[in-house]
Amino acid sequence: MAYSDKLMDHYENPRNVGSFEKGDDSVGTGMVGAPACGDVMKLQIKVNADGVIEDAKFKTYGCGSAIASSSLVTEWVKGKSLDEAMAIKNTAIAEELALPPVKIHCSILAEDAIKAAVSDYKQKHGK
Amino acid sequence: MTTEFSRDFFQLFGLSRRFALDSQQLEQSWRAAAAAVHPDRYASSPDAEKRMALMQATQVNEAYQTLKSPLRRARYLLSLQGVDTQEETNTSMPLDFLMAQMEWRESIEEARDSSDVDALEALSSRLRSDKRALEAELGEALDRAADLDAAAVMVRKLRFLEKLDQEIGDAIETLLG
Repeated sequence: MAYSDKLMDHYENPRNVGSFEKGDDSVGTGMVGAPACGDVMKLQIKVNADGVIEDAKFKTYGCGSAIASSSLVTEWVKGKSLDEAMAIKNTAIAEELALPPVKIHCSILAEDAIKAAVSDYKQKHGK
Repeated sequence: MTTEFSRDFFQLFGLSRRFALDSQQLEQSWRAAAAAVHPDRYASSPDAEKRMALMQATQVNEAYQTLKSPLRRARYLLSLQGVDTQEETNTSMPLDFLMAQMEWRESIEEARDSSDVDALEALSSRLRSDKRALEAELGEALDRAADLDAAAVMVRKLRFLEKLDQEIGDAIETLLG
């Protein structure tokens, strides 16, 4: 199967791998998993006082497409508001990385991870 | 033997429609059913009958494969009751379960990277006991509580465990091979 250069780049040089302190009030953590392939994704956002995501980290166990999808969204969310981050669609991720149809679920996983991280942050702050 | 295609897989083997299953009885029923529709028995029959026998043989095997595997059996039981297990679409698993999944993956990776077959074998036996516990829970949810939503979550969990099982197996095979 031929993968796009962008996908290979994110897979070989994943951005923002790691984690923040979960207890930190400015951090929102999202964890999701895809039963069909066993992939597990943890995605964290660090939000500043203005409600802007200033940093993001991820840790993903899964195939190359899942790693690339999470790497890409950690780049995308930086500088975005929470609402803007919530608006990220899996189709945009899939298109950017030119994911083959059988790997679309990896982009869904990344979208769900962002949503879970934002919800976790909002919950922490009683919003 | 006449097989009605409208019968479900349990009826096909004269089993009651539940998760708990006597695997010996399944095995025997399958052998008997498979023998009855075996293509060899229809070698001199008209083409239409041959085709019918072949379709029945396929159904009998599909039924056996489905009922033999706890995961597939549970999924099938849920589908008979109109419940989709959402294994392709539902990504929100209980947090503690996902944390445990991460730890499993880390342990497997560590053992693989240090070529530690004993550690992988230990993980494999721990996983098998986790799987047995989950299957017992699944039986409880399906056969006693009839809690179909809980059972669907358990099917998704079991799917993760099967994947881990496969990863550990692959790692051991690579190291020993």
